[in-house]
Order: sequence, then structure tokens, then C-alpha cells
Amino acid sequence: MSCWQTIQDYGLRSIGFGERLLPKSDFTLCEQFTLIGSGLIWNVYFGVIALGIGFFLATALALAKSAENPALRKPAELFIFLFRGSPLFIQFFLAYEIFVLLPKVGVDIPLGFTEITVETRWLTKAWLGAIIVLFLNTSAYTGEIFYGALRSVPKGDVEAADAYGLTGWARFKRVIWPTMLRLAWPAYTNEAIFLFHATTLVFFSGFPAWQQKGDALYYANYFADKTFNPFVPYPILAGYFILLTLSVIALFGAINNRLNRHLPQDRRPKLRIRPQIIR
Amino acid sequence: MFSFCTDPSDLAQFQWFSCYLTTGKHLAFYTSFGTIMLLLVITAPTALLFGFGGASAARSQFAPLRWFGKAYTSIVRGVPDIAFFLFFVIALDQAFEWMRHKVKCPDWQDPIRQGIDFVVCRDAKLPLSSSPQWVHETYGFLLAVLTFAIVFGAFAANVIYGAMRAVPKPQLETAEAYGMNNRQVFWRVLVPQMWVFALPGLSNLWMILIKATPLLFLLGVEDIVYWARELGGLKTSVFTYPHADWRLWYFLGLLVFYLGLTHVSETILARLTRRLSHGQATISGEQQRKATP
Amino acid sequence: MKKLILATAALAMTAGFAMAQDVVRMGTEGAYPPWNFVNDSGEIDGFERELGDELCTRAELTCEWVTNDWDSIIPNLVSGNYDTIIAGMSVTDERDEVIDFTEQYTLPDPSSYLAASADVDVANGVIAAQTGTIQASYVASSGATLVEFATPDETIAAVKNGEADAVLADNAYLAPIADEDADLVLLDKEVLIGGGVGIGVRESDGELKAKFDTAIASMKADGTLNEMIVKWFGDDLETF
Repeated sequence: MSCWQTIQDYGLRSIGFGERLLPKSDFTLCEQFTLIGSGLIWNVYFGVIALGIGFFLATALALAKSAENPALRKPAELFIFLFRGSPLFIQFFLAYEIFVLLPKVGVDIPLGFTEITVETRWLTKAWLGAIIVLFLNTSAYTGEIFYGALRSVPKGDVEAADAYGLTGWARFKRVIWPTMLRLAWPAYTNEAIFLFHATTLVFFSGFPAWQQKGDALYYANYFADKTFNPFVPYPILAGYFILLTLSVIALFGAINNRLNRHLPQDRRPKLRIRPQIIR
Repeated sequence: MFSFCTDPSDLAQFQWFSCYLTTGKHLAFYTSFGTIMLLLVITAPTALLFGFGGASAARSQFAPLRWFGKAYTSIVRGVPDIAFFLFFVIALDQAFEWMRHKVKCPDWQDPIRQGIDFVVCRDAKLPLSSSPQWVHETYGFLLAVLTFAIVFGAFAANVIYGAMRAVPKPQLETAEAYGMNNRQVFWRVLVPQMWVFALPGLSNLWMILIKATPLLFLLGVEDIVYWARELGGLKTSVFTYPHADWRLWYFLGLLVFYLGLTHVSETILARLTRRLSHGQATISGEQQRKATP
Repeated sequence: MKKLILATAALAMTAGFAMAQDVVRMGTEGAYPPWNFVNDSGEIDGFERELGDELCTRAELTCEWVTNDWDSIIPNLVSGNYDTIIAGMSVTDERDEVIDFTEQYTLPDPSSYLAASADVDVANGVIAAQTGTIQASYVASSGATLVEFATPDETIAAVKNGEADAVLADNAYLAPIADEDADLVLLDKEVLIGGGVGIGVRESDGELKAKFDTAIASMKADGTLNEMIVKWFGDDLETF
């Protein structure tokens, strides 16, 4: 079987398209590359969605944590402590145990033109359950990074905003928030990289793989198990993740440049030169 | 443990639990908490050493060394730690045995790799197959420490490298003006000053290290996750203390342990950070200034 | 662990301590009762522990027990971290290509389905299995929906909480669970997937394989092996 044929058969196997059965014997390098790469779709999906939604909760958490009012501050502190203070491995396990205990019901949500039924049993599937855990986890980490950055906003910036008569929402949106992002960006980049790495834990602990649809580590594990040779699949996995990490760095670097575009060339902080605070 | 534990099947609940929680297996579970702490205590300085080496190499004038340093930090940081753990221990073990084989049995004729088998001469085995079990376990533990140190050393190298570059240039230029050579500038001016800049990143790394320890069971060390799974799993009456699936309770126990550990670390690190932001022209510095009458 | 060392020392005595030979390290999983498990005092116990100790005595070998994760049990054997795998490992063609097996010490153990009710449709339902087992590949190639869990405990839990309709695993592992849990039943349908169970050794280790082969044959001949099987499995596993 040619390699191109293998890619057609297994390229989208991890999301349920193509051959139903995984290769069983005479494993070629091409098969290993294709399937592990196919599993990477899940890692990217988990990472992108969790980061995307997590960004907003993180901003809210950072603001709540720096609020004067203890009714806002205490819950935010507790949330951040709980998720930053425990290993993700254990969070996955506990979350799955809780999700399976929930009563299996469907809730109808009217969307105006149509109605969708949200079912709690989806929570025990990785595509939703793991996203929720990763989302809460990254929100807590990012919230702490943003909180740290918020505390480091130069007081001159705030005073200048006051002098311009900016208050409340306008002052936050136009002065404090952009500065916070600029300060937090290097650490946030690291957090994003860590989150993508953490997605390998999804099928490894806690969430079961259905119909052999798993992430990159799941397939690497499959091949290591079938060939009894860990020295081929895991380095392939490592190679894929290095590429993924490089893309994350490139993307976040581009955003970093945009965040700092008002500064003269040589004063723009280069990304990751001064790795900051707390993941 | 207790004298009434001889026949656990007809004990009252309290006594049953006092027997159950003091079985040899549970004692091993409690010991494994010590293993985790030991690992953290040994790995942290080792990783720091690796990090320092990596950062110094990345700054080196000598190009191959510089490439090596940069490749080490960027490759290892680009790979999920779990992927490393899954094959690194075997790789390290084979590498050590291969080296010993070359030294100790130079006139060995058979190939080392026979198919998938990895065969070295008897003297090159690490540890020797005649050595007692505790030697094997210590060796396994040290391999785990080394693996952790290599992975976290790469992160530490990145932090330290950044901190070295954060030391103000004029400081180094002044040192040169005083007639110090490169080596002197590095050891006498750069290294003492960089720690202040490295501290936030390093303390962060410490927290990540704590939270990576549940993966220790992948490295063949019987850690707390291994025991929690083992003890919590369903026990039929083959066992002296049969019980249902109690993994949830054991994992909740682990959760409490980790929360406690991070809480203690966080308190200590927060104190250090507060000291550092004292007098800085930032919001937190400003709050501190206003707080003092 | 101390106890384990004592146990090995005692065994070494009986096997003739004077012989200055290498220790044979027996690798097992320690999480698969009644085949092999870690008992409440932290020692490796079970059918294979007793069998292995007896085999070592007969073959005049000094043996020492170690546990290893199931996932990496073969890579660690070929890498030389221990010398045998005695962990309820069925002889399959794929495994046989990589390592050698001794003579089989149990007959093939059929796999059974454990379910919450007896009328589960195993052909089209959701079937749980442990990742990397022969049962997992069997379900994958049948028409059923496969759900894979990392540990056997999780597969049982999945049936109890309704995630899966049934779990497919070795009969000898499931039977005691079904006996003791009123909510779970073994289905009548059994499938024969793997071969019998043998001790795994490195292909380059022919001498050790021969010694174990002789010892197993002698245990088969004098009936002690059958007694041991009955002792640990009752009538869940056939005798020779």
C-alpha cells in the first residue's frame, strides 16, 4: 500500500473518517506518521478551544482577584488556587468521576429558530468533558498571569489616564487592559505551550477513547504497544509537538509584535527573552 | 498491625478501618509520599544545575557548544514531558549499559542488539543482576530523577538564560573597564546579579515540578498515584480487606496533599515576591507605599 | 519491600544458596487478581507467584520478583531490566515474534462479557476493554462500539455507571467480580481470543527458557500444576 493511500485511509481516522480498523501488523513508518499526525487534530482542537474561551474567564478572574470587594476576590482566589494547586492529572480523574455520576438527562435549549438538546452524558465524552477541565484549568493559570500583570501596570500609565479624564470602563479598555496584555504576553505564550502539551493527558488518564479515536499520544501508545518498540512512535510524537510548539510561538510572537507596535523597533520587548512570572 | 487484626472479616467498622489503613500496602503508600518529597528535593538542585549548564552553553562563544545549548533548551521544551517519560528511562538505561559494556567487556563478540533484544555482558548490567532489590529500586529512582532533571533543566535553562540577559549591560561593561576577563565578568558580576531576575521564573518552575510528580509512575517508580490506583481499585474476597471501587476517595486524598504542598510553597514564594516588589514604581509597589503610614 | 527481600532470601535458601549463580528477575504486573496482585501486606501474591516460586525451586534458580506497568512490560524485558514476564500473558503471534514463550502453564482462558443485565446486545452495543489488550483489538474488529480505559478497574466502573453496556476481559478475572456483585452478571457468550498463558523470555535467552520448560513439564506430569489452578481459580479455568 502506498503512503499516499495510507494518508487517505488514516489521515482523518482520529475523528472517525477513513478505515475503521487500525493497522494490525507490518507497521510502516508511513502509518505511524499518518496516524499520530491524525491524532494531533484532537490536541489542536483541545488547545485552541480551551485557550479561546479561557482567555475571557481569565480576564474576569484577574479583575475579580484584584477587586477590593472580598465577595468578588475570595471566590476568584479560591478558584485559582484549586486549579493551579493540583495536578491536571488528578483534575481529569476527579472530573470524569463526577461527570459519570451526574444523572443522564437532556436539557432543551431553544435557539429561536431551532431547539437543541444538550445532554449531560456528553460530559463523559472527551470532546466536551476534557474541554471543560482544560478550559477551567487554563483560565486559572492565565488568570494568575493576568493578575500579576495587572499589578505590574506602571502607575504612571494609570495617572496619565486619570489626567485625560478617563474613568471606569474606558480607562480599563483603553489603558489598563492593553498594558496588562503586553506585560503578560510572554508568560501567556508559555502557558499556551504548556496547555498544548497538557492535552496529551486527556486520553491518557480519565477520559476513555471511543472506537479507537484518540489523540497523538493515544496512537503513539498504540504503536509502541503493538511493535513493542518505544523508540519509533514517541520520537515521532515529539517531532510533531516541536512543530506545534513552533507554530504557537510564531503566532504568539506575531500578536506580541502587534501589541507593541507603538514602540520604536529597538525598544519592543522580544518575546520570551525575559520569561516572567508564574505559569 | 494491631493484635485484633488477625481476622478482619468480623470486625466492627472502626476497627476494620484501623486495620485496613495500617496494612503493609498502606504503609508503602504512606512511604511513597516521602518518595515524592525526596524526588523534589533531589531534582530541584539537579535541574538547576542542568539549567545553569544549558544557559551557559547557550551563551558560549564556542559555536558548537552554543548550538548544543540552544538545541537542548528548545527541543526539550517543545515536547510534552509525558512523551519523554514514556521512552526516556529505557533509553537512558540502555545508554548507560552500552557504555559500561564498551569499557568492561571489550572483547565481547556477540552483537548487542539481537533483533529487538538488548544484550550486554553480565558485568555491564546496571545494576548487576545479583544485586539486591533495593539497589534496583534506587537505580530506578535515580533514573527518574535524571529524567526529571533533564526535562526541567531545559525549562530552568530558558529562565536563567533570560535572567542573564536581563542583567543591565552597563554593569558588565563597567566590570570589563575594571580589566576583568570574560570568565571573571561571568562569575563575579553576571551570575551573582542574575538570581534576582531568575527568581519569579524559577519559583514558577518549582510549582510545575510539583505538579508533574503524578507522572512518576510512568518512570517505573511506585509513587502515590500508583498506590492510590492499586489500593483504591475494586477488591474481591481474594484480598483480606475486600471493598468496592474506592479510587475516588484515594484521589481526593491526593488532591488535598497537592493543594497543601502548593499552598506552603506559594506562601513562601509570595513573601519573597513581596520583598522584591518593595519600592518598585508599579501598582503593587504603590499599594505597599500607601499602606505604610 | 523489606518483606519481599526476606521472602526472596528464604527462597534462595531452599534453592541452594551455595550456587553462585545469577538471580532470575521475574517481572509481573501485580494488578490482575487472581493471576498476580499485590496483597495487603505489600507482597506480590497470586497464582503466578506461587507457580513461579515452585518453578524456580524445581529449576534450581534464585528468583526475585519485580512489578512493572503493563504498557512497558515487554520493552523492559527485551531491554534486560528483568528476565521473565510471568503476568497472565496470553501467547499471541505478535508477541511471539518479539519474545519467546515457555511451554504454556494454563489452557486458553476464554474471554467473557460482564454486563449489568443478561440481555445486552454485545454485537452492536458499547463494549469496554482495557487499552492494549487482545480483547480491545477483538472488539475493535467486531461491529461493537469499543471504549478503551487505561486500567481494568475503570472498565468495570464503566459498566456499573452505565457508560458501557458490557466489559470484555478474561473469564478468570471477571468471574470473581460477578460472583460478589449482585448488579453484574456474566453473559453466556464466551469468545476464545488468545492462546494459553506462558512465561515470556528474551529470544536470546534459550537456556532459561529450557529450564522453565522442564520445570513446567514436571509440574504438569505430577499433577501439582492442576492442583494450583484449582486452588486459585476454582472451576473458572480448565485444568490440563
